[in-house]
Amino acid sequence: MDRLTIAGREFSSRLMVGTGKFSSNAAMQAAIEASGSEIVTVALRRVDIENLQDDMLAHIDREKYLLLPNTSGARDADEAVRLARLARAAGCEPWVKLEVTPDPYYLLPDPIETLKAAEILVKDGFTVLPYINADPVLAKHLQEAGTATVMPLGAPIGTNKGVRTRDQIGIIIEQALVPVVVDAGLGAPSHAAEAMEMGADAVLVNTALAVARDPAAMSIAFRKGVEAGREAFLAGLGSEKIKAEASSPLTGFLRDE
Amino acid sequence: MQITLNGHCKEVTDNTTVAELLTSLGLDPTRVAIELNQQVISRERFGDTLINAGDSIEIVQFVGGG
Repeated sequence: MDRLTIAGREFSSRLMVGTGKFSSNAAMQAAIEASGSEIVTVALRRVDIENLQDDMLAHIDREKYLLLPNTSGARDADEAVRLARLARAAGCEPWVKLEVTPDPYYLLPDPIETLKAAEILVKDGFTVLPYINADPVLAKHLQEAGTATVMPLGAPIGTNKGVRTRDQIGIIIEQALVPVVVDAGLGAPSHAAEAMEMGADAVLVNTALAVARDPAAMSIAFRKGVEAGREAFLAGLGSEKIKAEASSPLTGFLRDE
Repeated sequence: MQITLNGHCKEVTDNTTVAELLTSLGLDPTRVAIELNQQVISRERFGDTLINAGDSIEIVQFVGGG
């Protein structure tokens, strides 16, 4: 596959994977491995002092994967900026998947707080990958603020509904000067393929892998979906027609006309 | 003296550094990130950053997330 470039850094995979909701660290590790991904998202949370947990990072090869910390849980720009800075202090490269989701029911991103946080983090030297609703105008503002990508949602996080924001994502792709990563809501490899066929530069998948009966096998299926979609986009898809257009010749029938 | 640690009250001895607090909690300093009164403390400064009465400390670590 042709390579993906984000903020001057090249990747051969166009599938990013999340690490949440897996039944075990071993299942997560197997899924990451099978996905062929090079970018892996993680979250930051308070340490439970009374009940210390295993270090999940021990299961991710930092030489092989770029760790992309998210700011999940942030309800406003201030909390997102604090989380990004904490992630950097914890030893991550200054890359951040910026998420500001004040609404716990649909987890839809707050556009105003996301833009505010993006402006602060870009000035602070971060490579910012903002999670947004599929809003082309917001995508432009973020791009102008200097974000490295835009990450419009296909559907709310964890819903497995697919690319429900298709038309809006199409406009974002048409206008984007930075890579477009479709993030959230992709529940099946066909959804990932659809986003890639439309010309998305990459997709990010978590829940669909983590909740599969066999997460590693599902990762392989998603990898193939992403590759198929990308190859179809590059090959040039035929345009939609309203009326039938025969594939076989319309002459030489066994009848006299 | 009393501090607030991850949102809960905690009693610690006077003149404790961030590094000493982590040791007393059994936490590996390379696995966590710390905010002292909403300011990030870099790892190199854990050893010489003193905690004062009433300080608010956040200790975070990476967990799975999308």
